[in-house]
Amino acid sequence: MNKYLLYPGCSMESSAKAYMESMNAIVEPLDLHFEEIDDWNCCGATEYLGINLIPAYSLIARNLALAAKQSPPVNGTGGTRTVVAPCSACYLNLAKADHYMQERPSLGAKVNEALAAGNLQYKAGTLDVRHLIDILVYDVGLEKIRDAVVRPLHGLKVAPYMGCMLPRPDYQHRWSDHEHPTELDDLLRALGADVIDYPLTTNCCGGHMTQIGPETAFELIRRLVADADERGAQMMVTVCPMCQMNVDAYQNEMNHFFGTDYHMPILFFTQLMGLAFGREPKELGIGMELVSARNALANIGVEEPVTQEPAAPKKKDEGLPMPRRWTRHEGRKEALK
Amino acid sequence: MPHMTDERVRAGLTHEEDLSLLHEVSMKTAGVSRLEMCIQCGTCGGSCPAAKDMDHTPRMLFAMLRAGMREEALRSNTQWICVSCYHCVVRCPQEVHIADVMYTLKGMAIHAKLYADSTAPDFSQTFVDMVESYGRSFEMGLATRHYLKHFPLRLPGMLPMGFGMITKGRMGLRPKKIKQMDQLTKILDRARQLEMTS
Repeated sequence: MNKYLLYPGCSMESSAKAYMESMNAIVEPLDLHFEEIDDWNCCGATEYLGINLIPAYSLIARNLALAAKQSPPVNGTGGTRTVVAPCSACYLNLAKADHYMQERPSLGAKVNEALAAGNLQYKAGTLDVRHLIDILVYDVGLEKIRDAVVRPLHGLKVAPYMGCMLPRPDYQHRWSDHEHPTELDDLLRALGADVIDYPLTTNCCGGHMTQIGPETAFELIRRLVADADERGAQMMVTVCPMCQMNVDAYQNEMNHFFGTDYHMPILFFTQLMGLAFGREPKELGIGMELVSARNALANIGVEEPVTQEPAAPKKKDEGLPMPRRWTRHEGRKEALK
Repeated sequence: MPHMTDERVRAGLTHEEDLSLLHEVSMKTAGVSRLEMCIQCGTCGGSCPAAKDMDHTPRMLFAMLRAGMREEALRSNTQWICVSCYHCVVRCPQEVHIADVMYTLKGMAIHAKLYADSTAPDFSQTFVDMVESYGRSFEMGLATRHYLKHFPLRLPGMLPMGFGMITKGRMGLRPKKIKQMDQLTKILDRARQLEMTS
């Protein structure tokens, strides 16, 4: 059995609950054991780093300190040095703190001085910070995953969306490529899915710009969704709560903004793994997505639990001259001009 | 420090080169920023998915830092538009920690109260307030506080989304608090003191 310390991150308990549920459903069949870091705190996302340096890194490092204390390896038995983070933003922050505390020892010293106020300390480099998909592809291995498949996803056309914070900046050189990594493609193929060529796989979903500069974010979301749609994907598949949130929850607003009419569901890769392993949709948080994956999943004979899709914003009647609503293909042509 | 030699004056130079701003930004950045190594090639701006919304591309901004244009650089919206996607970082031939320099510039701009639009700084501050109160992020509280202040007109259009998130159980209505909040508070208080003295 492979044992790991788990840093779930705040989203896994709220907006990305489906990710948490589906992750828990695949851990056991793959003989993995995740032990949650006790009393972990928020990693600060992309917000804390922009305010104060030492507090931001101390916030992150408290988690590393707690993790290192919780499960020390004793002569190669029992403990673990590996922290697994399913959220790409958490993964990057934890990896970044560990890396920079070594690269700039004065930062490491100050962070430890702050941690000491809470009777904690962390020696940078003690832990390996890794993302969930890294563990699945490189520790569990594709062969074992393929063996666990009882319901191959044949006929489901998926766009593998890796996102940006996972393969970049990649301090530990864990990924096959910074811009076109193949880990997610390979994993989805092992499940039997029909994986489309998706060059935008590591493009940004807009991150926090949906909150502070929606027009910037909507354009980034539009590019991702339009390209997946144009290439015939029935759904996008993500490894990150923030990507899922932006593409899913803001797709309606994005459509409204551009006058487009896309309907591109986005699920977590663990949800597809669960389906392929024969688990039921409701155990995997399927149906929690706002852009329903019902039609896409019908292609593999999976029936999604009935949920109500939120109504689209009410359209104004003809009154003032409004620009014509684009169809998806016209919208794309216009945008390319 | 280089001297204003006759030769330099004859070459048309009127000022001593002053790299203090460049060094200040570099020193305030996590890790070894390598900001001084920028060769002005423009790979960063060319790689940026959001460059079209920026006042200055990262390359221009770094030239401004080198030129000591403190106010203009800190007032630029560039650091706030940066989406932290690290495309520029992996492509930069000089391996400048560009995204981390952007974080530094945000912090300096907040400190100097130099920003044209307070939406982004307020969002960061609200987020940090939540984390400092609970130890965890609280999406519901964050979103309502932020949207009421900055995007009240966007709210009606967002209602179906908010409704969907709540009915599907994807947004908690109450914050979660960590057990050892006092420990985290002590750590952050000490960290803030260290920040002031560094």
